[in-house]
Amino acid sequence: MAILDNKPITTPVIREAVFAVLLFLWVSAPVTAETTLKMVAHADLKNIDPIWTTAYITRNHGYMVYDTLFALDENLEPTPQMVDSYSISNDGLTYTFTLREKLYWHNGTPVTSRDCIASLKRWGARDGMGQKLMDMTASLEPLDQTTFSLTLREPYGLVLESLGKISSNVPFMMPEHIALTDPFKQIPETIGSGPFKFLKSEWIPGVKVVYVKNENYVPRKESPSYAAGGKIAKVDRVEWLYIPDAATAMNALIAGEIDLFEAPPIDLLPIMEATPNVTVQDLNPLGVQGWVRLNHLYPPFNHPDARRAMLWLIDQTHYLQAIIGNPEYYRTCPAFFGCGTPLESDVGATPLMQQDIEKARNLFETAGYDGSPVVLLQSTDIPILNGAALVTAQLLREAGIQVELQAMDWSTLTSRRAVTDPPDQGGWNIFLTWWGSADVLNPIMNIGVSGGCRDKAWFGWPCDEQIEQLRDDFARATEPSMQRDLAEQVQKRAYELVTYASFGEFKTPVAFRDEIKGLLVSPVYPFLWNVEKQSQQ
Amino acid sequence: MGVVALFVFLLLHLSPGDPATVIAGDYATPEDIARIRAQLGLDQPLYIQFTPWVGQLLHGDLGVSIFSNLPVSQLIGQRIAPTLSLAFFTLSIAIFVAVPLGMLAAWKSGSWIDRGVMAFSVLGFSTPVFVLGYALIYFFSLKLNFFPVQGYVSISEGLWPFVHRLVLPSITLSVIFIALFARITRASVMEILEEDYIRTARAKGLSNRTILLRHALRNAAVPIITVIGIGFALLIGGVVVTESVFNIPGLGRLTVDAVLRRDYPVIQGIILVFSATYVLVNLIIDILYVALDPRIRF
Repeated sequence: MAILDNKPITTPVIREAVFAVLLFLWVSAPVTAETTLKMVAHADLKNIDPIWTTAYITRNHGYMVYDTLFALDENLEPTPQMVDSYSISNDGLTYTFTLREKLYWHNGTPVTSRDCIASLKRWGARDGMGQKLMDMTASLEPLDQTTFSLTLREPYGLVLESLGKISSNVPFMMPEHIALTDPFKQIPETIGSGPFKFLKSEWIPGVKVVYVKNENYVPRKESPSYAAGGKIAKVDRVEWLYIPDAATAMNALIAGEIDLFEAPPIDLLPIMEATPNVTVQDLNPLGVQGWVRLNHLYPPFNHPDARRAMLWLIDQTHYLQAIIGNPEYYRTCPAFFGCGTPLESDVGATPLMQQDIEKARNLFETAGYDGSPVVLLQSTDIPILNGAALVTAQLLREAGIQVELQAMDWSTLTSRRAVTDPPDQGGWNIFLTWWGSADVLNPIMNIGVSGGCRDKAWFGWPCDEQIEQLRDDFARATEPSMQRDLAEQVQKRAYELVTYASFGEFKTPVAFRDEIKGLLVSPVYPFLWNVEKQSQQ
Repeated sequence: MGVVALFVFLLLHLSPGDPATVIAGDYATPEDIARIRAQLGLDQPLYIQFTPWVGQLLHGDLGVSIFSNLPVSQLIGQRIAPTLSLAFFTLSIAIFVAVPLGMLAAWKSGSWIDRGVMAFSVLGFSTPVFVLGYALIYFFSLKLNFFPVQGYVSISEGLWPFVHRLVLPSITLSVIFIALFARITRASVMEILEEDYIRTARAKGLSNRTILLRHALRNAAVPIITVIGIGFALLIGGVVVTESVFNIPGLGRLTVDAVLRRDYPVIQGIILVFSATYVLVNLIIDILYVALDPRIRF
């Protein structure tokens, strides 16, 4: 009006105009500004099929993109996730599941019961717990578009625990046409129904993976709790960067070029802890369990006394000090099914928790150890396992055992450990590994306590009918008290057999910028829903 | 190239490690591993695996990554631009600094300048690139905030962001090449400066500048060009440490990742690309020889 009237623009008018513009910018900024969360992941995402591989990085990719029927909450209870309601028949044989409303795939089509059945079948062909469930399953039938039933051959106590399995392989739901892919072939495309969408066009293996918020995702109303509850994506875009050099990743975090460093090495933590605007936090309440795995097929560890000698030889604190150092990030633990879990127990653990090298030496003698070198596979590219191998070798030498440390990278070790030939013909006697405690929560999940011989047991091939029967009984038990009792019996037998010896539990904290809020605590981490990136002041 | 293809194929398939066990993961049973091996065709005799691979090669198809299921050509294509950019910047800095330094050292042979250049050269050779890289990051990125710590930005996202991220890695890498080129330049130019025609040129009263640039450098260029060519070939695939320290997604890192995973098609594809690069670089050097020294005939 001032211009039309050909009058000079007065100061109050200018002030109001400037105020209006600033107000508009202030109001509109949060709507238009895209928030991008940049995370250095613990590994490179090499493949994108979480059923085809057990790799943790692919599992974490799965959690970004897919959703699950059930999910484990902080009480380690499976709770409905994609499922709205479910019922169990009086005889305990038929489970009926109804899906939540407004579940859509990323291509816009609705999630159906047929999709879920195909997904469960594919998962059941690859995953150990899934295979067990499918063995017990008489039928999986769609009842209507969103309801389906699972009918068991006989009562089975781990149906919901299986469907809510939190770690690899997680029973992620996929559209039927994708889930019908041969379980031993990779899926051709990624279409999930989870809180983020995968941008395959921006995926550069070895460099970065990009996800964007799924605007159509309808989260549950409950608060997030481990893998369960409402999954609300609070950032528009997530970039997983692969930075192979830990020092570079740390420097990038300090410089503010990245927001979150998923797996910083323990020795770099003090630097980050001392850095302003950077927080170091342990997100995993259960930790990671280190294993000394023995080959039961060949001397000396085909003899029970030689295996028990290893229990007397190990001092968990000694290992943990050597490989972790900071007591804040480790703890000794005698439980096969993890410490801080419902099935934690110290039954049978006395030899492991009381080091006695002299006793170990005597047991090796009783076992008829003849002085042949024990082949110990040493993966030099994984510092924690490398250190643990060196500690093991030293302890064996102190007990009078000849040790042949064979250095190799982890990929070679994964091939070598599958070799069933004698140690002097390409086989092995000992290797070291670790499992997230979320992978060993019960006698079925913990593949290390299997006594299934060459056909079914894990590498090392323990062979024992009694422990297999106990594991079966555990799977069939439907009462928690009975499950706990059977789990203790499995642990007792596992200690007698020495299916493996734990060298303790340790933590791998994450480091992140202070602008990042809402990271969830969980044995599988980091979940990136609920995470906010606040603007820097 | 055919010999290289055969050699690489045999070497990889006869070396320890099995991608099937990596893929199968920790829960795998022997039966699972066998099924994956069968799916990948790894249970077939070597000659049966080799034949289709060669067939694909002849059609320009490098195959598909066992792990990512993406075409090998796509994976290599994604890495070529960062690698070439880093090589270009590194060599540009190295040539720009090293050749004048080497010439100066030769011209002032025995002086403190010569000794200074040689001392720098020894230092350049002796300093591990990761030490220099971290030092540069500490001062120029973390302390002074002049350059980003890590990463690569495509030139399509802007010239300045592209150059900005290449400065520190290029300087880091160029130091060793400066040392090498300066020594070679010095030695070559010193040899030329002893020639009769240089003495004649001096007697004719030509300026030092003309003598150095037109007569000495041109005639000393053949060994310098040879070393620069070798340097370029090295930079294409052999700078894994620098790529890791500065998080440059180049071919070197792709190679190491593929080797660690036993991703046979990717390793085979990359080595063929490296071989082709070496052949091409040698060809270019040979052509340059002729251009620089008309006495050379092939």
